[in-house]
Amino acid sequence: MKMNQIIFPLVLALAATLAATGCKKGPIKPTPLPGSRAAQVGNDGSAGTLPLGGTVGGSDTSAGNGPGGGPLANRDDFDGPQDRAALAAYTVLFAFDSAVVKKGEQSKISAVAAALASNASDKLIIEGNCDERGTEEYNRALGERRALALREALSKAGVSPDRIRTISYGKDKPADPSHTEAAWSKNRRGDFILVHPKTGA
Amino acid sequence: MKKIFYNSLIIGLAAVALTGARAEEIDITHTGIFGQKPIPVALSGFTGEARSVLEFDLYVQGFSLVSPDAAQYLINGSEVGNVAGSVTDKFARKMILSRSYNGAGLRRQAHMFADEIVQAIQNKKGIGQTKIAFKAQPGGIGAGEIYVADFDGNGAQAVTTDRAIVAKPAWVPGRLALYYTSYARGNPDIFYHNLSNGQRKPVAGYSGLNDGAAVSPDGSRVAMTLSKSGSANIWVGNADGSNLKRLTTGVQDSSPCWSPDGQWICFGTEINGRRRLAKVSANGGAVQPLNTAGVSNPTEPDWSPDGKWIAFTRQAGDFDICVVPADGSLPPTVLVSGQNPSWSPNSRTLVFNHAVGYRQVLSVLDVFTKQYKDCVRATGSNSQPAWAK
Repeated sequence: MKMNQIIFPLVLALAATLAATGCKKGPIKPTPLPGSRAAQVGNDGSAGTLPLGGTVGGSDTSAGNGPGGGPLANRDDFDGPQDRAALAAYTVLFAFDSAVVKKGEQSKISAVAAALASNASDKLIIEGNCDERGTEEYNRALGERRALALREALSKAGVSPDRIRTISYGKDKPADPSHTEAAWSKNRRGDFILVHPKTGA
Repeated sequence: MKKIFYNSLIIGLAAVALTGARAEEIDITHTGIFGQKPIPVALSGFTGEARSVLEFDLYVQGFSLVSPDAAQYLINGSEVGNVAGSVTDKFARKMILSRSYNGAGLRRQAHMFADEIVQAIQNKKGIGQTKIAFKAQPGGIGAGEIYVADFDGNGAQAVTTDRAIVAKPAWVPGRLALYYTSYARGNPDIFYHNLSNGQRKPVAGYSGLNDGAAVSPDGSRVAMTLSKSGSANIWVGNADGSNLKRLTTGVQDSSPCWSPDGQWICFGTEINGRRRLAKVSANGGAVQPLNTAGVSNPTEPDWSPDGKWIAFTRQAGDFDICVVPADGSLPPTVLVSGQNPSWSPNSRTLVFNHAVGYRQVLSVLDVFTKQYKDCVRATGSNSQPAWAK
């Protein structure tokens, strides 16, 4: 009830605003936002979690794909235990505003490819990250492009793209949160996380 | 509760019109208009919260607050009991507005009076009673929540409680509903969130990046940046995410926005090795670069509701807010430092964020006078504002 009391005036004000500003659909009756967290985040009845389900449906009606080894693998196949330490030494660094894998970083690609070759049932998550100097949305796309560039490099090194999942954190997950050139160079990176098979699988 | 709601609705009806004279219309569409002089007004009689609301609303809509001697318009009134006030045109020597209000609380009454002043003097629909959505990050980076507030940041309320990374809220035009990106499921996914009943559902949860949702003016379609095909590009689908179509194949596409006629999607991209803004038909077709001559690294475009302007962020070391005519007839104009501009419903004002120390704060900018003021801050760093239209 307390939550309702907080949220109701907001809905009321929004509804009144839309009514007063000539919403095409006419006045919207004020309906309180549900107070419970579970109800707010989804209708699956679980407390505080979104329904996981599968990926959302919908078909790719476009012709052709961009660079980088074709459509992405189904991310639901990457829910085994994660090992962040195994490949931590091979984090690849990028130049400012660049998603090009530098020649000097190639030995790390080879090492990651070798680790995946010797653990045939493991999969890989690539996390793309940026320094803080780009805009938020641009950086989120840039982080994804870095992860995809690493995926392509691994593909060339013999790793099947089906075993790789990419995720961009933009500038939200810096390795070093300080605001220096040294920190920025550490934050423009792709981290490799090994995913072991689910126990019992 | 019902009684309060009805009271807030009849505020408009209760406003008493004494005279309806209008001052000369200000044309904001012709060229060479940036850096326009603010309209000098004097404010007397109001105190406290009512006065601060009026000062904020008028300043960010192109007025300067001056002494009665220097003013063209004299605004006099009081908030004792209820807000009541009048506007006198000193040059024409006549009262052009006199209003009193009841119901809905002091702030709302003061915002409504400001709106009527804007209407009377500038012949524009005011922004005093509009809403914004934005993201707030308590720690400055990382996890945060999506918030909704008055356009001046007052009354901010979190609409998510996931403690996950969130991004880029977008309103459904005319509805109490948002799209936004959330990492609540461990991946950047796009959700639709109905604020009336609290229900939300995933719209795009593909492998890789699902970000940057922008809703078409009629609410029927949504443009997004998806990387499901193996590269991050602009896609468009139905409001529920179905019937997806890939619109672009660039190496660096992001930040889609819609033209107000629903025909075009403008976005950030790279052409011949340079970052550019471009547009593409919402039904697919050739990508057409925009005239962004002279600005480096343009991103995050937002098309004004009247169709005339595209606001965007440029990056040249720091970030700046720029505007360019949508028809490309003029090169871009740099306005102020900041990023993530979003147009007001009346196409005259932008809400954006800019750095104060290492935090971002929201600010409201009168485009044609370049006057701006910071919003009330919600927790931590506030960014990516979206103005409800």
